Amino acid sequence: MSLGQGLAFTLNGRTLSAAEGSIASPSMRLLDLLRLQAGFTGTKEGCGEGECGACAVLVDGELVNSCLVPVGQLHGRSVTSIEGLPRTDPLVEGFARAGATQCGICTPGMVLAARALLDRRPDPSLDEVREALAGNLCRCTGYARIYSAVLDAAAGVRPPVEGGT
Amino acid sequence: MVAAVGSNGSERTRGALGAPVVRKDAGAKILGEARYVDDLVYPGMLHGATVRTRSAGGTIERIEFGPGFDWSSFVVVTAADVPGINATQMIEQDQPVLAGERFRHAGEPVLLLAHPDAGLLREALAAVTLHERPNPSPVFSIDDALALRGEVCPGNVYRDYLMSRGDLATGEAAAEVVFEGRFETGAQEHVYIEPQGMIAQVDAAGVLVVEGSMQCPYYVLGTLTAVTGRDAGSVRVVHCTTGGGFGGKEEYPSHIAAHAALLSLKAGGRPVKLVYDRAEDMLATPKRHPSRTLVRIGARRDGRLAFMDIDFALDGGAYTTLSPVVLSRGVIHAPGPYACADARVRGRAVATNHPPNGAFRGFGAPQSIFAIEQAMDGLARELGITPLELRRINMLRPGDRSVPGQMIDDTTDFDAVVDQALRESDYIARRDACTAFNAASAAAGRPLRRGIGLSTFHHGAGFTGNGEVVLASEARVRADADGRVEVVASSSEMGQGNTTTLCQIVAEALGLPLERVTQARVDTHDVPDSGPTVASRTCMVVGLIVEQAARRLRAELIGKAGLPAAGADEHAFAAACARYLDGHPALEMQARYEPPANVAWDETVFEGSPYASYAWACYVAEVEVDLTTCEVALTAFTAVQEVGRVVNPVIAAGQVEGGVVQGIGFALFEKVVRDAQGAMANNRMTNYIIPTTADIPPVRVFFQEQPGGIGPAGAKGLGELPMDGPGPAIVSALNAALGTRIASVPVLPEDVMAALGTSSAKEAA
Repeated sequence: MSLGQGLAFTLNGRTLSAAEGSIASPSMRLLDLLRLQAGFTGTKEGCGEGECGACAVLVDGELVNSCLVPVGQLHGRSVTSIEGLPRTDPLVEGFARAGATQCGICTPGMVLAARALLDRRPDPSLDEVREALAGNLCRCTGYARIYSAVLDAAAGVRPPVEGGT
Repeated sequence: MVAAVGSNGSERTRGALGAPVVRKDAGAKILGEARYVDDLVYPGMLHGATVRTRSAGGTIERIEFGPGFDWSSFVVVTAADVPGINATQMIEQDQPVLAGERFRHAGEPVLLLAHPDAGLLREALAAVTLHERPNPSPVFSIDDALALRGEVCPGNVYRDYLMSRGDLATGEAAAEVVFEGRFETGAQEHVYIEPQGMIAQVDAAGVLVVEGSMQCPYYVLGTLTAVTGRDAGSVRVVHCTTGGGFGGKEEYPSHIAAHAALLSLKAGGRPVKLVYDRAEDMLATPKRHPSRTLVRIGARRDGRLAFMDIDFALDGGAYTTLSPVVLSRGVIHAPGPYACADARVRGRAVATNHPPNGAFRGFGAPQSIFAIEQAMDGLARELGITPLELRRINMLRPGDRSVPGQMIDDTTDFDAVVDQALRESDYIARRDACTAFNAASAAAGRPLRRGIGLSTFHHGAGFTGNGEVVLASEARVRADADGRVEVVASSSEMGQGNTTTLCQIVAEALGLPLERVTQARVDTHDVPDSGPTVASRTCMVVGLIVEQAARRLRAELIGKAGLPAAGADEHAFAAACARYLDGHPALEMQARYEPPANVAWDETVFEGSPYASYAWACYVAEVEVDLTTCEVALTAFTAVQEVGRVVNPVIAAGQVEGGVVQGIGFALFEKVVRDAQGAMANNRMTNYIIPTTADIPPVRVFFQEQPGGIGPAGAKGLGELPMDGPGPAIVSALNAALGTRIASVPVLPEDVMAALGTSSAKEAA
């Protein structure tokens, strides 16, 4: 499928279009467009085959692995990468306070997976959190603190924690 | 949970040691702003790629460059282009950075290419053919290597250690019950989610700058100076945000750095990025050493251990790398945390034609601890007592001497650790419930079985033996005129949290809020060598050094700049810094590691005190097995440990939780499959399976704080500890559930099926 010059979609609120030259090729992976062309390097490549979720972004609010998506499929859609997440999103503080990030390479994809869940289920159960994050691999945390972060963010919990940044 | 966020927070001063403060790098990582090596782009940058061997050793007869490419547009590097020593600088210098005529394993780098167009580079890579004359008799197992069925290097043994205490014959004569078994553990891939990578370039001053993902910048520097023939002043290594390591970025980054540097030097100093994709990373980089351990242990009828005779062997792969030190840690941990006067442990690191194995969290200890823990279960069975009873009888207690020869001091209370694990896991009641469940299940013809198992273990923190003395690590603390403080050390953040914990230690020593202290970027032209970021040593050993440097800085300010000796706040501190820097060019104090008096180790006879501090732990696992599908569900996991003083409860709990889950992977999921040439065949995330959120029950983590460690305020190392316990606890639970004698990990469903075929449990079902 090639929409050629008609191809256009929004990325973090900004319109990209083939006609204006901001989309080089419809066959380009969304991951490469994000990282190499748009400079949104918060999206990471962990495996390149849709297994790890480090490259996960939201397309119309749904979690997708950007390494598997040619940009030609995105006509008329709205893409949100981690750079499009408001800094005030409760997940940001939730992840920080719960200790849900260690090396950090999986974290942007993990946060977006959680955002997709909370948009769909504002008050999820632990099992729903586990299911929603099952496509995102983390090798550092053992996941427990990520569950806490998501549940805390959902509940609007502000546990007392001192110091830090 | 003891480590809950906010616990004890109100009692502790802001930013202080022991407080559950938020990691300093959390915000940048959550928002995707942290920059990893693959996120960096330089003008005129080339991309690099590596041509590797396919055979399990042999000779390279010819390199063929296929048609259709203008090869003059590529930078091409072979062994002939190495200006200095063609070997990584590890324990031995037997591993070339680029193989010349001879090679020892599949996946060995031979030729490097670089080109500005990454797509064209990929196509060109496929057009280079190595014409190999394969080694006709490659060696792929420890048994074959020791039987000299094929030769990798003379004798096929890199190191052969003997740790011998008392008199084995005396112990054997005293034994009334003997157990003998063979235990095996498999290779394990690190699967840090960020693949390895480096960028090299020559800056305007002519300095070769190499930056990337790594644990040990000074190891990388050592190899770069040797390979390029440059001195340390004209080579600079800079640490990028590193997306996980677990030991996997201890030795191999030196190769990638050397490769990127050779390409850049040949390209006139242009930046060259060499970042692996997942398949290449898994194919080329080291794994946890597979092991096989032969254990004979005996006890008196009352359960007291009479002797241990352990033959431990690791598959080192095709080059020495770090195998000797992985072996020594494995040997020292092989007797477990048990007292036995007459014991012998022989350890060998064996050469095979597998790609070299290397550092992985635990570093030999998870392998030998798995064996002794299973052997203890076996001996308990022979004695007719429970595994718990046998451990209680033989656990190390204050006043005991361990098999290596270390006196257990009175800060150790292993019984308290075990007691808490039994309590938190409800071990006794759950064990009885499993027995009742299995009886009812068998009677009703249902296919489910349940079991509970435990492991008791300890893990020595820091470099083994005299390693810390040899390292003589150095670190500094400096302040500017605004009173902003920097920790200056080569200890590298890879997720474990040192950019926060080291700052907590310094903030505590200086009486400052944590916000005033940061760790300086790790750059070998700025920071001293505080040693490699390995061996659970950063918080404990480097923490101690930066604490000392901070105290010296404070004393300097008190002595020379009028800092009040008590009650000074951050403003008084900043004012004193400004006064000091009015008359001095810099405010920076250094400290060097000084070993505690109790640590003396004789490497020649493996006797003495190999580690300054040990963490102690008891882990309990519960499983449910479906006899129809042979699937294993881990249903509960409790991890209790005594790790000295906890510097940051959130970070510490995160280390244990993450380590436990890696240990669960080691036990139940992660299997490295080899192709006919010994290379990893399942080198993709699609078929090398690590635990996901769907696989892991809640892991309950508890700390006991006994401030007996040598680190700041009594801290001990803890990063590797949680890797040791899950394997033996889970296999014990499986054997309890099924009546089997599973003696190896990983245990996949097909292994359960095989074990059921040879046990009475099948008939019982």
